[in-house]
Amino acid sequence: MRLGVLFSGGKDSTYAAWLAKKMGYSIECLIAIYSDNKESYMFHTPGIELVEEQAFLMNIPLVRQETKGLKEEELKDLESAIKKAIKKHAIDGIVTGAVASVYQASRIQNICNRLHIECFNPLWQKNQIELLEELIKNKFEAILSGVFAYPFDAKWVGRKIDSKFIEKIKELQTKYKINPAGEGGEFESLVVSCPLFKKKLDVKISDVRGEGNAWRAIFE
Amino acid sequence: MHYLEFVKPIEDILFKNKIKFFTKGYKEVQQKDLDNCEKLIICGTSLKDNIFIEDAKTRFSWIKVFDKPILGICGGMQIIGKVYGANVGQKTEIGFFKEIFDKEFLGMKGEEEVYHLHNSFVYLPMHFENYGVSEIVQAMKHKEKEIYGVLFHPEVRQKVIIENFSLL
Repeated sequence: MRLGVLFSGGKDSTYAAWLAKKMGYSIECLIAIYSDNKESYMFHTPGIELVEEQAFLMNIPLVRQETKGLKEEELKDLESAIKKAIKKHAIDGIVTGAVASVYQASRIQNICNRLHIECFNPLWQKNQIELLEELIKNKFEAILSGVFAYPFDAKWVGRKIDSKFIEKIKELQTKYKINPAGEGGEFESLVVSCPLFKKKLDVKISDVRGEGNAWRAIFE
Repeated sequence: MHYLEFVKPIEDILFKNKIKFFTKGYKEVQQKDLDNCEKLIICGTSLKDNIFIEDAKTRFSWIKVFDKPILGICGGMQIIGKVYGANVGQKTEIGFFKEIFDKEFLGMKGEEEVYHLHNSFVYLPMHFENYGVSEIVQAMKHKEKEIYGVLFHPEVRQKVIIENFSLL
């Protein structure tokens, strides 16, 4: 089966892509949505300018689609992106990194159902701590590219997701009930190295911008 | 990859509750597997993966003589229904829906937000009771046997159903 990965460059979609490949599926393209709206419910924007470089490191073609990121309009843009991928790369299924978000997952399921293609969510309902631990075990190196909830601040941006991070996030989970994998939008990540990349992503954070508990990295 | 999405979340719930289990693809199930288990859960699958329903009535005919508790989820419920002679209807529902259960069903009662992912459903078979109020059967149980079926995916928001079933 030929699959396209709905790809943000973050840990979940990259790990989902790796799982699909490991299970023997052929990844024909990555589908990336560039949203103008930084508050988008559907698409995670920090670091997306690096997605082209990640696709190059994976040697997988990228299907790009821009969206204004308005609530239901962005779904039409997602659907056109998937249609483009079906036409250009003859995919018969989509892989997503959805873990717990019914909002995201059900909208993508709807689109795939209309277009008569498979929709794979290999991380669906996965225990969030287990997910972080598997990433490390499988040599995924990811950093926080943005934080968007209390008690995070600017200091967290750029931090590596390692075992120390997991310990800290477990503490915060108990204390503040934050979602340890960040899928509730608490933080966004960027994969800088993983078994799918032919070399490490060359990336430097030049600035961290934001206020209060919402900060994002500006990449050079 | 359907395993990771539809089976693994259920295994996680069983594992967390320290319940021993083994998992088999429906095409690989043999008589000795049926003899070796105490209970059986038939998991759901993706919207596109729907060929199992075509020959469900013959392939799963063993359900009728299997005298241990069964829980069918989504496609699994439709299999049970078909084996018991009911027809499958078409209706697409994807996402959260509010459903009302007027009778207690494996620890769940009242209004619940359930996760739907189906293009089809099964009508209430003979000898089964509907535990919900909606026209499309959301939760059913055999009147004499411990055979349960849910159309929605309890592994998303109603994990208690799977826990209670496994503790029966």
